[in-house]
This record gives sequence, structure tokens and C-alpha cells, in this order.
Amino acid sequence: MAGLPPYASTGQKVWHYSYLVICAAIFFFLIAPILIIIPLSFNAENFFTFTPEMLALDPEGYSTKHYRDFFTNPDWQVPLWNSLKIAPVATFLSVALGTLAAIGLSQPHVPFRRAIMAILISPMIVPLIISAAGMYFFYSRIGLQGTYWGVVLAHAALGIPFVIITVTATLVGFDRSLTRAAANLGAGPVRTFFKVQMPLILPGVVSGGLFAFITSFDEVVVVLFVGSAGQKTLPWQMFTGLREQISPTILAAATVLISISVVLLVTLEVLRRRSERLRGMSPG
Amino acid sequence: MTDSATTPPRQPMAALPGGEVTEGGPMLAADGRPLKHSLKRALRREKLRAFLLVSPLLIFILVAFVAPIADMLFRSVENQIVSETLPRTVVALREDQNLPEAAPGEPVYEALYTDLFIAAEYKSHTRLGSRLNYEMTGLSSLFRGTGRDVGRFDTDIYTDQFVEAEPALEDPVAWSNWMADDEIRAALPATADAWDAWVKLTVEANEDDPLEEDVEDFVYTALYRDLSNGAAPAGFPDVDVSGFESVSIKALFEESDEDWVDPEIWQVIKTYSPAYTDGYFLNSVDMMNGPDGDAQWRPADEQIYLKLFWRTMWMSLAITFSCILLGYPIAYLLSTLPLRSANVLMILVLLPFWTSLLVRTSAWKVLLQQQGVINDTLVWLGIVSDANRLALINNATGTVIAMTHILLPFMILPLYSVMKTIPPSYMRAAKSMGANDWTAFWRVWFPLSVPGIGAGSILAFILSIGYYITPEIVGGTEGVFISNRIAYHISSSLNWGLAAALGTILLALVLTLYWVYDRIVGIDNVKLGG
Repeated sequence: MAGLPPYASTGQKVWHYSYLVICAAIFFFLIAPILIIIPLSFNAENFFTFTPEMLALDPEGYSTKHYRDFFTNPDWQVPLWNSLKIAPVATFLSVALGTLAAIGLSQPHVPFRRAIMAILISPMIVPLIISAAGMYFFYSRIGLQGTYWGVVLAHAALGIPFVIITVTATLVGFDRSLTRAAANLGAGPVRTFFKVQMPLILPGVVSGGLFAFITSFDEVVVVLFVGSAGQKTLPWQMFTGLREQISPTILAAATVLISISVVLLVTLEVLRRRSERLRGMSPG
Repeated sequence: MTDSATTPPRQPMAALPGGEVTEGGPMLAADGRPLKHSLKRALRREKLRAFLLVSPLLIFILVAFVAPIADMLFRSVENQIVSETLPRTVVALREDQNLPEAAPGEPVYEALYTDLFIAAEYKSHTRLGSRLNYEMTGLSSLFRGTGRDVGRFDTDIYTDQFVEAEPALEDPVAWSNWMADDEIRAALPATADAWDAWVKLTVEANEDDPLEEDVEDFVYTALYRDLSNGAAPAGFPDVDVSGFESVSIKALFEESDEDWVDPEIWQVIKTYSPAYTDGYFLNSVDMMNGPDGDAQWRPADEQIYLKLFWRTMWMSLAITFSCILLGYPIAYLLSTLPLRSANVLMILVLLPFWTSLLVRTSAWKVLLQQQGVINDTLVWLGIVSDANRLALINNATGTVIAMTHILLPFMILPLYSVMKTIPPSYMRAAKSMGANDWTAFWRVWFPLSVPGIGAGSILAFILSIGYYITPEIVGGTEGVFISNRIAYHISSSLNWGLAAALGTILLALVLTLYWVYDRIVGIDNVKLGG
């Protein structure tokens, strides 16, 4: 479908162009709802639709007052800081434990590999509402419900499958003779890991970490049940806002989050290219 | 970690060149051991090392994730609250012959009196009332009301008459001496049981010293019961109870609330007295344990869950189908374009994938409103009149639109990765043999892309049946899923057992689908972000 051959009939031409129009419409459906948020967040009025001033491109119709509200109102600042306090710690836990386990799983002889893999991937498979229910019941039994560490543990568990998947995928292309060479040259296991293995699998580890971070940063169902008012995160605040009384500041918050996702997406793409280049260079 | 990596001679690879063959004996490694053993040992070490690397995470996941799931499964059948709060009543009910035709006999009410008195002191009777209220409405207020009355029952006549007949019976120290005597305890079983419960209650719930408190009426009531059965233990004051004025406990309960003589209530208590129950699961599928213990349908106006499961299923199917419809052309376009332009267009698929779920849901909430952008545009274009703006939100339509948008990348990515493997020469071959565009697509390309449709559909379907956030926000009452009901039972109605049972059913459904997914695609082939 790349191009139309010069001998195409009229029918083929019509079909080809209408197909392109259909695709464009679907792309529009995918991307427009996200992009439309951005101009709406600069609305000078407390409306969720374009005012006549905005459509006339009148500067009067635009303002950054919702952003000012987002960055000064404690209703939004406290959740933002809570999110920033929870996500990095949860990410660190997932990455540290997940990388170690992925290295273990990539060894040639692992007993019960399939079963272990299934257990480690399970937080991604089980619907969030079920994880949230189970964690709510169990964490209240052991006194973790409504605490900072309860939320961190829950989020770390949810992020682990992503770390396992990305790091395992990177390790598939890892040449094990490199570690043997390092050992042969007298490096201990720890030194071998940090000097030889880690730099090579770093792109996988970082992208796994990004996935884990975004999982925690974007997560609302589990924190809704496992957390208490003291752990209210940004998505939780947005959820409450959407369910109860919707304030236009939510659009400013959404725009900030969209910028974060764009940064993450670009980082991941760069990492993927770097990883492919590195793998292309490594022998075997 | 072991140090085997630093000692090359013990490594199996390194052992071979260092090994030597002795005359007629087994092959030896460099350190003089048989090579076979050396290799086995190295393998064992390697296994152990791999396992040690995995174990911290395995333990973490078992505690932070698997244990909670197991707890949920356990809670869906657990029902110890009845036998824990009313232990004596449960035993007495088991021996009672009157049910289900008539209300139980006096012994059951006597047991209930003791149980309820203690439960009211611990304030656990209200929890039991709420639990039983799930099975029969009205039981919560019944337990609450009688829990208030039970301390003021007219059983003090026994206390007064006993103290009048034998003043030593008022003294808790004398009581504690009698109750330390095994023969007396054996002769007065009900009294001993009531005394122990009273001592425990005084120490635990009221934090008092039992030796300084007045013994409660229910202990004297038990004593009256024991003595009127003819017990006369040595060492215990000889009181003749035959002339005592007595009172029917059953009548006292009836006076408190006449529902207590309703056999139906007792049948419910009896049905839910075992420590484990299938009641929550039956409730999840709109059934209940009938009076004769058989499962039966709930009244029609209480049947909601099957309908909700059914709705969750068909809406997920509708969402999956719209994802196929919208995802297939995009995946086809991406896989036939040159790699460079495909990568650029791929960003349009990945950006929504990476954008926060709450952002996408807010976007739809804003767009779909009656005064939102879509309705405004339609009115402006003159497609709908200002008076009949479309109701796009707070119904099933809203859920399907928003969820299709959210799950579309999950359909496109597997479809794309399958279509990428179809060699373009197949289409050219088909056309060169005389097929027109449609035939070439339908007979060659489409069958080859079916695995992608399968993988994407299962993925989208699994994700959508467990969705909570989006239906909650854009679904109103008609567009919500079973997960919203689970959340409701955890946080609002506090019927955790029912929430756990609904969750277990949903989990079983999802795991079955994943098993199918694993058979078709393989979990190891899950790719992130294409």
C-alpha cells in the first residue's frame, strides 16, 4: 500500500485514497483527544469547551491561571509531592530486585523457570481491581494499609513485571563469554557485574525503570485502596476531581503529565536505538 | 554469590583442558576428582546461584502480591464470624429439633443470652448483625436493638434469689475458689463456662479485676439451669432452686423483638454458622442458600450480578470489536509503509499508549459532555439541534468510546508485529497469478494476520473486563463493569466477602483467558511499546 502503481485503475485510486482518509481519521481519533487538552488548559474561563474568544484567537481568551492554580494550590501540590515521594522509591525497589532476578533467570540452568516467571509476571496479568482488593485485605491484616510503605511495596510489586520483561529481553543478546573473560582476567563477581555486565544491559534496566516509574506515577486503583489521605497521589486527586466536581485545573495537570510522557517516550526511543547499536557491535 | 566465577579450574569449561585420563580409571579433573562429579557439582552450584539471585524478588512478590491474592481467595469462603461471636448458640442450634418449622427451644435462647451478653460487651454483635444482614435484611437492626436490651433482661431475679438464699454466692472470691475445683466444674458445666467467659470479659473488655466486681446475671442464670437439672456438687452451697421464681429467656427475647421467635431468622443463623460458606459465591451469581439448605435463585428484584457479568462481557466484546475495526487498517498501513515513515506514524500510536490513563479519561470526560467540544461541534455543523444534544457520557456509549481509545494501542501493537512478518512477496505472487486486490488480501494476507487479531483481541478483552477507572468516570450507572461493583463492596457496603467472591470469579476468568493467550502467543513474547 506504500504507493499507487502508475497503471492503477480509477477504482483502485478511489479505494486507495479513501483508505488513506480512513486511516487519517483513526489517527485523529487516537491523538486528538490528547492534543485538544493542551489548548483547553489555557482557557481564561472556567469552561471545558472553546469560548468564542479562544476560537477568534483573541489573547484575552487565553490565560495561564489554571497553571498558577496547579502550581500554588496545596490541593494539587501535596498530591504531586506525594507522587514524587512514592514513585522513585517504588521504582528503585523494582529495578534493584528485578534486575537481580532477571540476571538469575537468564542463567542456563534455573530450576522451575516457567513457574517462577509466571509468578513474577502475575502482577501485570491480574486486573488492578483484584490486586487492589487483595492488597487492601492483606495489608490491613499486617498493618501496612494506609501507610507510605504499604503504597511503595504495592507499587514496586506492580512495576516488577516490566523490569523483568525489559531486562530479560536485553540479556537475550548478552554475550556470556564477556563475563567469563572478566573473571579470567581476575575480576570478582561484583566487579564483573558493575564493570562489564551493567553498562551493556543498562538501556534495558533504564527502560524497565521508566516503565516501573510510570506505572507507579500513573497508578490510581491500588493507591485508592492501599493508601490513606496522607498518601493521596496526583492521579488520585485527578480521579476525585473527575468523579466529584471537575475543576479546569485538571486540564493543566493533564498537560503537565502529557509533557512528562513525551519526555519519557523520547528517552525510551533513544535508549532503544542505543541498545540496538550496542548489540549490533557486540560479537555473537 | 559463590566465587566459582573467580576460580576457573573448577569451571566445567576449564576442567576439560586440565583433565587427564588415567589408565582404566574415570576421567579426572585438574584437582584430582572424577570429572563427572566435578561437572555435577559445578552444575549444582550454578543452579543454586541462579536461584539465589531470583529468590529476593520471589520472596518479595510472594509477600507483597501473592499473599494478598491468596487472602482474597480465603475471604471469599471464610465465615468464622458467626461461630466466633455466638459459639454456644451455634452448638445449641445443632442439637435443636424444632427448626425449620418452629422457633428453637429454650436451650438455644439460653445459649444466645450468654453469647449476646458477651458480644454486646465486646461490641462485636453489630459486626455480626451487618454480616447476617447481607443474607436477610433486618438482622442488623435486630442484633443492634437486642444487644442494647440484653444487659437489662429480667434475669436479675435469679441473682437476687440466689444471694438471698446463700449470701456467699455474691462474693466473687468465693466463686473463684469454687470454680477452681474440677469436681464442681464438672457438675456445673454451664456455670463454669459462663464464669470463665465472665472473667475473660471483665479482664479484657472492661479491664477490671474480677475479684472485685459483681458477678453478672448470666452466670446466675446458668447456675439456675445447672442446679435445676439436679446437680448438687460437694463443696458448693446447697441451694434448693425448686421454689425459685423462674423466667423464660425465650419470652425475654420475644419481648425485646418478636422477630426472635421467627423460625426464618434462626434458619439464616443456622445456615451461616459453619466456618466456611459458599454463600458469597452463590450471592455472586444471584443465588442464595434456601431455608432447606439448597441453593436457590434470589428474588428477581435482587438479581443484579449475572446481569452485571453479562454486561461486562458484552461491553468488553464491543470494545474489542471496535479495536479490531480501528486497529486493523492502522496496523496494515504501518506494516506496508517503508520503515522510516512507519516509525514516525508509530509515534502517534505510542503517545496515547504512554499518556497517563487519567489524562485520557479526563479528555473524554471533557469532550463527551453535553456542553463539551464534540456536542458543540455537532451543533455548530448543524448535525444535531441545540435542544437534542447527544448523551455521550454516563452511559454505555461513553464507556465503549473511551475504552476503545485507551485499548486501541494494545490491539495495534500485536497486529503490527504479526503483519511485519508477512513477506510482501506473497501479495505480489497472488496478484501475478491473477488475483485482484481484494482476493489477494482476503485469501492471502488476512489468513496470515489472524494470529495477530487473536493475540490483540485476547489482550484487549482481558484488559477491558478488569477495568475500573474509566467506566467509573464515564460510565454512569449503565456503563459500569463488575470491577466497579467490587470496589463498591470494599469501600461502601463493606461486604468484603462478596467483593472477594466476585473478585475470585473475575480472576478465574482472566487467568483462563491468559492461559489461552499463552497457548496462542506465549507470555514470553509480550512486547512493550512495540
